[in-house]
Amino acid sequence: MKRLLPTGWGLIRAYAILVYLFMFLPVAVVVLLSFNASQFGAFPMTGLSLRWFEALWQNEAVLRAFRTSFLLGTLTALISTTLGVLASLAMVRYQVPGRNLIAVILIAPILIPEVVLAVALLLFLQLLGIPKSFFLLLMGHVIFTLPFVILVVQARLVGIKREYEEAALSLGASPRQTFFAVTLPLLAPAIFAGMLFAFTISFDDITGTLFWKPGGVETVPTQIFAMLRHSISPEINALGTVMIVLTVGVPLLGAAIARRMAIKRGT
Amino acid sequence: MSVEARERRQPWILLSPALTAITLLLFIPLVFIVVYSFWLRTAVGGVEVTFSMLNWQRALTDPFYRYILIATLRIAFVTTIFCAVLGYPAAYFIARASGNRTLLLLLLMLPFWISYIIRTMSWINILGVSGALNTTMLSLGIVNEPIQMLYNEATVILGLVHFLLPFMVLNVYVSVEGIDRSLEDAASSLGATRFQAFREVTLPLSLPGLAAGGLLCFVLAAGTYITPLILGGPRDAMFANLVFEAIITQLNWPMGSALSLLLLLVLGAVVAVYNHFLGMSQLSRGLA
Repeated sequence: MKRLLPTGWGLIRAYAILVYLFMFLPVAVVVLLSFNASQFGAFPMTGLSLRWFEALWQNEAVLRAFRTSFLLGTLTALISTTLGVLASLAMVRYQVPGRNLIAVILIAPILIPEVVLAVALLLFLQLLGIPKSFFLLLMGHVIFTLPFVILVVQARLVGIKREYEEAALSLGASPRQTFFAVTLPLLAPAIFAGMLFAFTISFDDITGTLFWKPGGVETVPTQIFAMLRHSISPEINALGTVMIVLTVGVPLLGAAIARRMAIKRGT
Repeated sequence: MSVEARERRQPWILLSPALTAITLLLFIPLVFIVVYSFWLRTAVGGVEVTFSMLNWQRALTDPFYRYILIATLRIAFVTTIFCAVLGYPAAYFIARASGNRTLLLLLLMLPFWISYIIRTMSWINILGVSGALNTTMLSLGIVNEPIQMLYNEATVILGLVHFLLPFMVLNVYVSVEGIDRSLEDAASSLGATRFQAFREVTLPLSLPGLAAGGLLCFVLAAGTYITPLILGGPRDAMFANLVFEAIITQLNWPMGSALSLLLLLVLGAVVAVYNHFLGMSQLSRGLA
């Protein structure tokens, strides 16, 4: 049954399709232009070619940026998810006094504009004698991905029944054995989702990164930003296409793996 | 140690790494920039430890800063309105569609995962001098030479709407989805037309989601400095650009501290007003 008059519903559907187009068209154009054979990064398309991907592959600065982003994203994901999973366990499994306040504190890094967070962290660490460095970048990325990890992990933790652990304990397993044999495997999809989320956010960040990065170090977004200052070249579109494939493909793949893991465990 | 004491200590042990990190990397630095904003930069580029209101005085009275602050709030407000106008019907459509709703939502959330800088710069391909729109208009003979459509306040807003729309859609979707459909049916059976049922029942019940999405869009838009750098002209700076300039370009850290705190206070006031009327629960629902 339709909620509105058929014509009204038809209008809403047409409108929604336009919104979808608005969201996807510019991105589609990036992908399209990255295969453009013309030497200028623009229309008209003169033919299909992979030359810009080749140019990308030979661009040492871009490759270095990728390595930096991967390392940064991976370390951020590991640290942030460790902190986030522990905190989420406490929030979901225990009666914590003052839990509303703690909940607000835990998501505070996203309630504060990232620019402000970036300035505060930069100036504070400089005061401590820690210069702009990879370490500063890592600390920054950990702190602002943490709330996202906590929100995602908490949402998944709520669905895991405590009875499984209680059963293990009542059957004589030690708390340690229970944690490693029962809790951890059940947590795996949540941990995985948290890491993925942290990695993607870290990989995509530019607002804080531009404040924290030392001179000469570029992540993929800051590299794109630096390239944009010159002009928009087909190489940027090619880099954009790679980024799209990575940032969309990786989470989708991750979601598929997480689902498979969840199905296997029967949760 | 007794079992109860263990049970009581356990959550704090689990929470302590995260709380320590947030305290060390966020709260203490925030307190520190409050102190910093009262210091002064010396002529040679160092910092003089003192207690001076000069930075704050300048931040609050300089007409240029005020102009940028107003422009920032205007841009954020217009962006939010556009997000609502585009996002509400789309979210309503997804929530009430008869097909695969998860897929529809996922599809609209997909751009959310696509790099922010890529999505922002993608508009150069569309609106630039040799972009899709100009090329099309030239070949159709609508214009004789390409028009520069980029690098103004409108394109900054466009880029921000494109970036923030998923936040709005997600929040509205969550709230429309949570409304019991039988309420609309009940209204219909009592003689309301379907549009009336929507206006009198669904719309008011989904307003918290709309407000939460609006708040997110507003706050995120007002804190950006990358979009104006890519899609704005030299005159389209936003407040966060002033912060970036002061800290990174001019190395005037005391002034940068004062400016970033001013931004925090203004946006904090917006959040406080929201919280006063609506509370934070809807917001955390939309985030998770």
